[in-house]
Amino acid sequence: MKTTGYYKTKKVAVNVLIHAFLLTVAATCLFPLLWMVSSSLKTQDQIFKNMSLIPQGWHFENYYQAWIQGGFGRNFINSIFYTVSVVVGIIIISSMAAYAFSRLRFPGKNILFFMFMAAMMIPIPGSFVPLYVLLTKLHLRNTALGYILCMINVGLSTSIFLLKTFFDKMPKELEDAARIDGCSKLGIWFHVALPLAKPVLAVVVVFNALAVWNEYILALIIFDSKPLMPLQVALMSFQGEFVTRYPLLMAGLTITALPIILVYLLMQKYIVKGVTQGAVVG
Amino acid sequence: MKFKSTLENYVFVLPAVTIFAIFYIIPFFWVFSYALHDWDGILPTMTFVGLGNFKEILVDKIWWQSMTNAGYITLVALTLQNAVAFLLAWACDREIRAKNFYRVLFFIPPVLSEVVVGLVWQWILDGNYGLLNHWLNGMGLHAWVRNWLSDPQTALSAVAIVHCWKGFGWGFLIFLAGLQTIPRELYEAARVDGANAWHTFKNVTIPLMIPVAVLVSILTILGTMQAFVLIIAMTGGGPAYHTDVPVLRILASMRGSSRFGYACAQGITFGVILMAISFIQYRFSKKAKA
Repeated sequence: MKTTGYYKTKKVAVNVLIHAFLLTVAATCLFPLLWMVSSSLKTQDQIFKNMSLIPQGWHFENYYQAWIQGGFGRNFINSIFYTVSVVVGIIIISSMAAYAFSRLRFPGKNILFFMFMAAMMIPIPGSFVPLYVLLTKLHLRNTALGYILCMINVGLSTSIFLLKTFFDKMPKELEDAARIDGCSKLGIWFHVALPLAKPVLAVVVVFNALAVWNEYILALIIFDSKPLMPLQVALMSFQGEFVTRYPLLMAGLTITALPIILVYLLMQKYIVKGVTQGAVVG
Repeated sequence: MKFKSTLENYVFVLPAVTIFAIFYIIPFFWVFSYALHDWDGILPTMTFVGLGNFKEILVDKIWWQSMTNAGYITLVALTLQNAVAFLLAWACDREIRAKNFYRVLFFIPPVLSEVVVGLVWQWILDGNYGLLNHWLNGMGLHAWVRNWLSDPQTALSAVAIVHCWKGFGWGFLIFLAGLQTIPRELYEAARVDGANAWHTFKNVTIPLMIPVAVLVSILTILGTMQAFVLIIAMTGGGPAYHTDVPVLRILASMRGSSRFGYACAQGITFGVILMAISFIQYRFSKKAKA
């Protein structure tokens, strides 16, 4: 009787320690973000004097100013536009290619697939240098189209790989049935393969959306004009111009971080899946 | 009929192959061609310099300092970040409350952009008005107060720690997934054999987690060596190159000094180094498995 009591106490103690550790790290994760939001609600005067997490008065007008005067409204819409365009592009293009690599026959298939996979393995740091030249030559620099095409290319290889792995394991019977019913190849891809691939497509969508929303370097070298910039680049240029206007900058950062946190909270199941799958790939 | 069908099949891969050819393969070959030339990126003519750019890299002190800096950040990430990631995963791999809550929270920093993370931390670490110095003063640790990001003594470590803050969630998720594949019966068997918690950890958990640890290390090295946006947002590479990293040098060669050829040569040099590192790691992991 006495020993079970001892073990119980010991177990409780271990649990308390574990929770203390986990809670400390969790607080460290969360606190900088709370500080960001808190700073975004202070006035320009308060921000250098009032160091409490709770601001005096909630100055939501900072958000209005950041959105209108800071120009972040425009950049926010750009970011949404680029993210949606790239993700839609990647979904269509990579799922068609992955389907062909998995199911259709044509000469050169293996070489082409191998090229996409090699691109995943070979790092070219500084690939933005030739891309800059290429886009200038094609008159696509400082255009939305140039940026969207570049970003589609960035996400292509991994998306093709994930989708092909799925199609390889998909049972062929449904496609056979559709073929007998007179469905064309494109029809089978669209009506049979794509709907079945929904769980993988979700992973592809989430990861590419995060990547485009958070992308910085290509946007930096492609865009000169502010009205075309996505949020990440606009934030840096705002910070360069108005070094001390922290409340507006923090409002801008919150506007940038909030959508991604929401998407993450809604889709975290797919993110966990993607990370663990991606880890197996790597 | 057969011909038409094959043609139809090509239609499926045509968009992907076209985009890939234009935006990956062409730039890929250009990098090698530019690297052998001196070119400002504007003039229609390039001057062929052979391996001149590479020779210059060999004696480019700032370049190798940037490599050392990246190596330092990587070392911090390999030890501190991965140790924290593993401990957290180990703590979460049991029947405890709020497990999901922790898991969700730990992956918030990785989903944020490097710009957001960098600028928020820059504000916290600000020398004059930053929260960290305010707290240190409040606790009476006046001697510790400093300009964290512009003091050459602390800038690189500060950047490295923020990098770990942003990145440990990846390792955590992969370690946790790895731990969850360990069959519970093994723990049960160890307990029946009279092993205590430490012995179980040392003789069951650790050996089974080595392949996962190798994988996480490879990902950490490749990811950290190439990290640079966080540094742009926090210090811009300063003070005086103390936080400069290779990709930032490439960007500076291109935009700062308009030396496209040199930038490409730096890119190739760095790419080869990265491939060598992952090759060594790969061999090492194969040996570990055998």
